[in-house]
Amino acid sequence: MNTHNGGRGRIEVRDVGVMFESRGAAVIAVDGVSLTVEPGEFVSLIGPSGCGKSTLLNIVAGFVQPTSGETLLDGKLISRPGSDRGVVFQQYSLFPWLTVRKNVEFGLKMQGVPGSKRETSARTLLGLAGLLSFENHYPDQLSGGMKQRVGIVRALATSPQVLLMDEPFGALDAQTRVVMQEILTNIWQKFRLSVLFVTHDIDESIFLSDKIFVMTARPGRIKAEIQVNLPRPRKPEMTTTPEFVELTQRLRALIREESLSAMGGELKDGGLDGFGMEVGPSGVGAVM
Amino acid sequence: MAAVIPLASSAAGAPVGAAPPPPAAADLTAATAAERARAWMWARRRRAAGSGLLWALSIVGLLAFWYVCTRYRLEFYMRFTNVPTPADVLHRLVEVNHSTKFITNVWISVRRILTGFGIAILLAVPLGVLIGRYRTVRDLLMPAAEILRPIPAIAWVPMSIMLWPTNEVSIVFITFLGSFFPILLNTVHGVTTLDPVLVRAARCLGASEAQLFRAVILPGVMPQIFTGLAVGIGVAWVSLIAAEMISGQFGVGYFTWEAYSLVNYAEIALGMITIGMLGLVCSGVIRVVGNLVMPWRAHSAGGNR
Repeated sequence: MNTHNGGRGRIEVRDVGVMFESRGAAVIAVDGVSLTVEPGEFVSLIGPSGCGKSTLLNIVAGFVQPTSGETLLDGKLISRPGSDRGVVFQQYSLFPWLTVRKNVEFGLKMQGVPGSKRETSARTLLGLAGLLSFENHYPDQLSGGMKQRVGIVRALATSPQVLLMDEPFGALDAQTRVVMQEILTNIWQKFRLSVLFVTHDIDESIFLSDKIFVMTARPGRIKAEIQVNLPRPRKPEMTTTPEFVELTQRLRALIREESLSAMGGELKDGGLDGFGMEVGPSGVGAVM
Repeated sequence: MAAVIPLASSAAGAPVGAAPPPPAAADLTAATAAERARAWMWARRRRAAGSGLLWALSIVGLLAFWYVCTRYRLEFYMRFTNVPTPADVLHRLVEVNHSTKFITNVWISVRRILTGFGIAILLAVPLGVLIGRYRTVRDLLMPAAEILRPIPAIAWVPMSIMLWPTNEVSIVFITFLGSFFPILLNTVHGVTTLDPVLVRAARCLGASEAQLFRAVILPGVMPQIFTGLAVGIGVAWVSLIAAEMISGQFGVGYFTWEAYSLVNYAEIALGMITIGMLGLVCSGVIRVVGNLVMPWRAHSAGGNR
């Protein structure tokens, strides 16, 4: 059911490991991760915080070099950032000194595309995203949701083969986030590019993805690969269907284990029940 | 006006009781909202006018204080006996303009500022960007800069006279020194505090290192550069006037010091006021240029303070 865009935009992560130094000791952040994003596929990476999912995305983006292993885009080794991979960041990353349209034009300008042509393609994209009337606004005049929409449009402007998204809706309120997910799935449907999407929101990952990779707590490894076979286009109503709910429960169980181990070895499910004693109405003070 | 339309249409033959109350209620609040908006704008204008009034009062108050103290030659602990009155100074201003001597002195000071400050911008901004961006450059240049920085520009006067072939060059050098460090340090600070996500974003949009400087770092640091310029121009004037008084020929500082030597009280005050006005104009120009160069700042939060 995956839609392919002529075989371009295949991401391959092969046995990637990342180490860093902390207080004189080597810490393994990511350990032996292999995964593939097929052309035109929407893939989510989900896991507890600190599991290295953002690090993996940064490796594919070319910002971070892995300690071992390699990443490839269409068979070519990734060594540095490039406009063949559009990136949408968690923090707002629009250039505050450029208007919305100039922000969208930025990548094309770097490629030396002449001004009039840049303007035309930027306005077309902004029109598709329903942002044309804001083309001359500065980022500081936009709401958070609008900023992220411009961020997505900017990343699409250089016609990348893949889109890398690092918790792009993490800073938005719950309502805006749901709307943004719908907008994103529509955009993806239109552009048919491969997406690697990092999130810690289970519903978000199911709603958007064809395939979900669940990561373990540090050191980050792939714990499970889950296919999402819900029909496209995705609609908000689908989140209440039995298939969706079942997937949610499966993922929740997988991630719960990891979150607990990420929070510390001693915290087991039983430990959450309480301290094994009754605390009366006088509160903890009586126990102390 | 919008409030009239639904009321009129419901009166004009709509079934009785069918006119839903919500629109009318909504229009009512719309009308009061417009009224509130108008009232709010009036309050804003009143505040703006009040603020203008205070400005005028501030300047008139200063002049009045000066007038009263000098007109009645007040003597408590301070002595205003020899201080010229505002009228004396105004009179002298007309008198000095009978020849071109005064205006030439003003022009020479302005020229020294423009040269020294201009060279400081041309050197400090690129250097600051490089120091901020590259660790190697920072390690190589900052220790030397940190040693030279605490030396006030005025302390350079004797050394400067030895170093440079003419008096003129050494005065320009002092002016340059005064403004160089504020601009440099603010630029460095701006580059090091620039949000790294902007650099990353530019990188993955295909910007080369050279394009990064022009398209991201320079505009990103512009606010701090202008802070540096605002501080730098002030220090430049302080340094220039001191240099002109000590080693000078020509310039407003020299004019003021010469007036003191010749016991010409009105010209002392005239020189001081001229220096103040020139400083004010320079800061104003920097602010206006800053607003023109950074139009996005007018919209950012807190930009309207």
